[in-house]
Amino acid sequence: MDSWRKNKLAFAVLALPPTAWLVLFFTVPLLIMWLYSFAERGPQGQIYLAVNFANYVRAIEWIHLGIIWKSIWIAAITTAITFAIGFPLAMGIAFAPARWKNILLLLVILPFWTNLLIRTYAWIAVLRTRGFLNFGLEWMHEKLSAFSALIGLPDVMGEFQALELLYNQKAVVIGLVYVYLPFLVLPIYATLEKLDKSYLEASLDLGAGHWRTLFSVTIPLALPGIISGCLLAFILSMGTFLTPALLGGTDSEMIGNLIARQFSSSRDWPFGSALSFLLLYMTFIILWVRASLAGRREEPI
Amino acid sequence: MDDSTIISVRDVTKRFGSSVLAVNRVSLDIKRGEFFALLGPSGCGKTTLLRILAGFETPSEGQVLIDGDEMEGVEPNKRPVNMVFQSYAVFPHMTVKQNVAYGLRVTRTPKAEIEQRVQQSLARVQLEEMAERKPDQLSGGQRQRVALARALVKSPKVLLLDEPLSALDAKLREQMQIELVHLQQSVGITFVIVTHDQNEALSMADRIAVMNRGDVLQVATPTELYEYPNCRFVADFIGKMNLFDGQVVGVREKQVVVRAGAIASQIGDITIPFADQAEGEVGIAIRPEKVRLNKLEPKEETIRLQAKVKEVVYYGNESHVFLQTESGAAITADMKNSSRHAHAGIVKDDVLWVSWLAEDTLVLTS
Repeated sequence: MDSWRKNKLAFAVLALPPTAWLVLFFTVPLLIMWLYSFAERGPQGQIYLAVNFANYVRAIEWIHLGIIWKSIWIAAITTAITFAIGFPLAMGIAFAPARWKNILLLLVILPFWTNLLIRTYAWIAVLRTRGFLNFGLEWMHEKLSAFSALIGLPDVMGEFQALELLYNQKAVVIGLVYVYLPFLVLPIYATLEKLDKSYLEASLDLGAGHWRTLFSVTIPLALPGIISGCLLAFILSMGTFLTPALLGGTDSEMIGNLIARQFSSSRDWPFGSALSFLLLYMTFIILWVRASLAGRREEPI
Repeated sequence: MDDSTIISVRDVTKRFGSSVLAVNRVSLDIKRGEFFALLGPSGCGKTTLLRILAGFETPSEGQVLIDGDEMEGVEPNKRPVNMVFQSYAVFPHMTVKQNVAYGLRVTRTPKAEIEQRVQQSLARVQLEEMAERKPDQLSGGQRQRVALARALVKSPKVLLLDEPLSALDAKLREQMQIELVHLQQSVGITFVIVTHDQNEALSMADRIAVMNRGDVLQVATPTELYEYPNCRFVADFIGKMNLFDGQVVGVREKQVVVRAGAIASQIGDITIPFADQAEGEVGIAIRPEKVRLNKLEPKEETIRLQAKVKEVVYYGNESHVFLQTESGAAITADMKNSSRHAHAGIVKDDVLWVSWLAEDTLVLTS
């Protein structure tokens, strides 16, 4: 039943508004930015259209390469940690009894119901020196001190030192893991959910243990979902702006922050545009590599 | 349990939740080297019973012994049985050879031995040529052979097959039925097959257990099951059956006198050879192919009555004639079309003599 395709008018009427919306508010601005990326900045931040690659050359200066490299590094660590937490989580949900699945999925996407800014501020309240985490640790320290005093070992625990958890790269990674966990869990969950459970039973039946089954059957068969989830987490954390801006310190500026600065305090839109396109190209390369890999593997599922 | 028994199922019950009774106090013994079928409609508990044998389900009550060993708490990967799944579950990310070798690799079999046993197993199912292929390059029938080779390479004491032929088309299915029987005879391993297809069970199995709603109703050879079903369900499920409600009106030595309600006005009380005890309400049954049709009243000592032809359905090799008596009882007669014009004379609205032998009549007490 694809006769609606034959009705050209209806097709055009339905397709026009979203197309117009995308062209007007996505393609055109992107095109403008692309033009800006070859432009020159005037002394007061004016934009003089031109054709030169100075902005791109500047973007790959050592100082900026350092920031890009750090962004990749933070994104990679974030992805690794998110995967370590997210894969077991996705598996737990996929193999949970049917009546629990929807509730568990709901819990995973529940954070989306609150604004990201507010959730990030909440992390500040948790991580700062006089924050909930340090309060908790201090409380435990107190109890342990009291206990050690009780069994006749006073001062074994020493003074409580509040942990420096906020305004550094660790805080950024914690925040990013938190934000992008659902993006990694959902695609992996989707592939595991579709996975015919008899593959896993066949593996057990043939004498493999549960771990062997996990590494030889479950993970290889869930690979398309795992790659999608990890790429999503990686790409999103690499371009992130808010998390390092709020939770990071001076050492944790990422490419997103660098770009944001060009469009605000530095008033250098051409350079900001060039950096943006550099990030875009990097994303395209990652997606292209993934697509060509997927094509070669002929998608097992 | 004597030495000829390989699987002993004792009072096994399986409940899912509090309301679903999938398997109800089932006891049966499967003999060494036997081709055993669990037959029943969908939802009868046959697959659950098979999965209990494989270790994927734990019985709520009762015990399973495989080759004399209690299986309680024994994980699927530690059981001396292997399974061919309904979906085959051939690993799509491994080649045919890797699939077959998997079960040996995970149990740390020496490399040289793996190589030799995989070759042997692939040869047994005629898949040597396909060893390097991926499952998506195979047909359904070939994929099933991979599943068979992968299970048999482990030399299990029992091979469990869950609806192995249901995904194949009719022609291939018949061919695979024959191949499975030959395979079973050549490897000498006990096969336990689950099927809802009575023809499959009758043609392949040495013995069949008929299940319905969690109960095993009858365990018997195909001939016994077809000719001497022990209850209405088995009689009706295996093949086709003309079934009348009736009553026992008298018992003699090795005989029983019954009155078949709907056709009693024409045939009166009939005497049927019967060795068991029977009284009260019973089912009186006759297979359609054992019913004969004649234009003239037959002379022999048979049970006979007149009925009108309602419909004739032609199947080429045979025709099914649907008749109705004056009192409204329906009777079906299956006629072999053993010559071109065998039954050309039978048309709708003919009134014919329907007859059968008393010894072919079945009395069903439950």
